[in-house]
Amino acid sequence: MTDTTATGRHLPDRLDNPVKSAVLSWESLLVLVALAIFIANSFASPYFLNEWSLSDMTFNFTEKALIALAMALVIITGEIDLSVASIIALASTMMGLALQAGADTPVLVAVGIGVGVLCGAFNGFLITGLKLPSIVVTIGTMSLFRGIAYIVLGDQSFKGYPASFSWFGQGYVFWVISFELVLFLVCAFIFYVVLHHTNFGRRVFAIGNNATAARFSGVRVDRIKFVLFCLTGLMSGIAAVLLTARLGSTRPSIAEGFELEAVTMVVLGGVSILGGSGTIIGVVLAALIMGLVTFGLGLLNVPGIVMSIFIGSLLIVVIALPILFRMWRQRKA
Amino acid sequence: MNRLLKTRELWLALGILAVIVLVTLRFPRFSQPGNLLTIFNDTSILMMLALGQMAVILTRSIDLSMASNLALTGMIVAMINAAAPGVPIPLLIAGSVVIGSALGAFNGILVWKLDIPPIVVTLGTLTIFRGLVFVISGGAWVNAAQMSQEFIQLQRGTFIGLPILSWFAIVVATLVYLLMTRTAAGRAFYAIGVNPTAAVYTGINVGRTKFLAFVLAGAIAGLCGYLWISRYVIASVEVAGGYELTIVAACVIGGVSIAGGIGTVAGALLGALFLGVVNNALPVIGVSPFWQMAISGAAILIAVVLNGRSERTKGRIILKKAEAA
Repeated sequence: MTDTTATGRHLPDRLDNPVKSAVLSWESLLVLVALAIFIANSFASPYFLNEWSLSDMTFNFTEKALIALAMALVIITGEIDLSVASIIALASTMMGLALQAGADTPVLVAVGIGVGVLCGAFNGFLITGLKLPSIVVTIGTMSLFRGIAYIVLGDQSFKGYPASFSWFGQGYVFWVISFELVLFLVCAFIFYVVLHHTNFGRRVFAIGNNATAARFSGVRVDRIKFVLFCLTGLMSGIAAVLLTARLGSTRPSIAEGFELEAVTMVVLGGVSILGGSGTIIGVVLAALIMGLVTFGLGLLNVPGIVMSIFIGSLLIVVIALPILFRMWRQRKA
Repeated sequence: MNRLLKTRELWLALGILAVIVLVTLRFPRFSQPGNLLTIFNDTSILMMLALGQMAVILTRSIDLSMASNLALTGMIVAMINAAAPGVPIPLLIAGSVVIGSALGAFNGILVWKLDIPPIVVTLGTLTIFRGLVFVISGGAWVNAAQMSQEFIQLQRGTFIGLPILSWFAIVVATLVYLLMTRTAAGRAFYAIGVNPTAAVYTGINVGRTKFLAFVLAGAIAGLCGYLWISRYVIASVEVAGGYELTIVAACVIGGVSIAGGIGTVAGALLGALFLGVVNNALPVIGVSPFWQMAISGAAILIAVVLNGRSERTKGRIILKKAEAA
C-alpha cells in the first residue's frame, strides 16, 4: 500500500514481516504476555488456581479458536471470512430442524458439519468461481446465513437436545480435560503439520505473498482458496456442534460476534492481515491469551462488555508496539 | 466511463422503483408521497453513514467502528443533556460532530502514523468504543424522561414540508458531494483508491488523505449519534449494535468498490435507500421482519455479482482504448 522501501534494508516484500525484525519473535512475546496474565490472574483471584477453574477457562475460547485455526489459513492467503458466526447460526438451526424431525445424535452431528461445509463451499464458489472480493461476499453471506436462521426461528428457539449429543459440548474425556479441549488440541496439531510441514502449506504461503507468481509456478490458486473456504465452513460446522451441545439450545442470535473474535485471535497470533505470514503456534497462544483475559476478568466480576475493551486494546497495542519499537530504533540509528 | 457509472446508479434507481411499484400493486397506499417521505426520513441516518463509509472505502480502507462511534457519541451527548438540560441543542450537535471526529481521528492516526491495516484498527476500536459506552454509562440507559424536550423534538420539526432529520441528510449529502467532486481533497480520495503509487507521485500524501477520510466518517458517525438517540429516544450500550455491516452493505449495494477508487455519492445514497425501501416494504406486504436480514444479505451478493461484472467490462474498455492509441 504505502511505500515502505524508504525503511532501508527492509525489502518491500511481505515475507519480511516488520514484526519479525523486533528483538523477540512474536511467539515468545505472546508466551510472555500469557504468563504475565496468568500470574496476574492468580494474584487477583484466589479462585483462579484451581483445576476446575482452569478447565472452565478453556471453554471460553475452544469454539472460537477452532474457527481461528482455519481462518488463519484463509487470512494467510490474503482473503478473509466474516461469515463464520453466521455459518454456526445456520448449522445450529438446521440441527434443530433435524432434531424436530426425530434425528439422533450421529445424524445431528452430520447435519451440523455438512451444513458448515456447504456454506463454506458457497462462499468459495462466489469468491473463486465468480472472482469476487472475499470481504464483500462474506459480509453478504454473513447476513444471508443468519437471515435464514431468523426466517426459520424468528423469536423461537430449539431445545431438548439428547444427552448423548450434549456430551460434545459438556463432556470430559479424562479428569478435567474436556472433549472440546482435546478436539481443539488435535485440530491445532493437524493444522500445524499441514501449514508448516506440507506442500499444501507452502502453497498457502506462496499465494499470500504473490498470488500471480504462485499461479505461474503451477499453484492452483483458486482450487486451494476454494478448499480453504470449505475448511473454514467445516470448522464452523464443528464449532456449531460444540456450541449447540454446550448451550443445549439454538437461537438465531447464537455465536453473534464470533467472527470478529476469531479474526482478532488470528491477528493477535501474528498472522499478517495482508497475507503471506503467520504461524499456528501464534494463533493457539493468542487464543489462550484471550481465554485467560476474559476468564480472569470474569473472576474479578468485570462485565463482558468491559472485557471487550481489553481485547480491543490488546489487539491494537500488541500490533502497534513492535512498529513503534522499530521506528524508535530507526530514529536512533 | 462516466456513462457506465451513470447506468449503474440508473439500474439501482430502477430496482428501487420496481420494489415500490410491486408493493404498490397490492397496497396502493405504499407509494403515496407521505409514505415515501417517511421512508426517506427513516433512511436518512443510514444514508449519511453510508457517505462517510464511502469516503473511507474509496481510499482502500474500511471503518468497522462507525456504529460503535455512533453509540459512544450518542451516549455522551445524551448524558450531557440529561445532566445539564440547559445546554443549547445546536451546541450539543456541534459537540457530537467534534467527539465523532476525534474518535475517527484516533482511527486515522493509527492508520496514518503507524501504518496498521484499517481493518485491524477499526476492529479494535469497534470493541473499545462500545465498551466505553458501558464504562461511562455504568450500563444504565438514558431514556425519554431524562432527555429535554428540545433534544427530542429538534429533528422532528419540519422545514418546507420535510422533517429536519431529512434536511440533515440532504445537507450532509450536498456537502459530501461538493467535497468529492469540487475539491482537491475529494479527488485525492479517488486518486489513492485507484492507484496509490501514482497518487504519491502526483504529490498526494496517502496517509494524510486516509486520515481525513476517517475523520470525515467519524464526524458523520458522531452527528448520527445525536440524531439516532434523539430519534429512538433511548441511549444504551446496544444502540446500533451490528449496524457497522449494514453501513458497508449500503455502500456495496450502491456500487462502491471495496477495492477502492470507485463509488459515487448518488450510488451510496441509493444503496442506503434500497435497504430502507425493502425494510419498509416487508411489514406492508405481510412478510415477517425476520426476513430482513436474509434479504439484505441476498441483495449484497446480487449487487456485488453485478458490480463485479461491470467493473471488469470497464477494465477491458480501458485496455482497448490503450491498444487503439
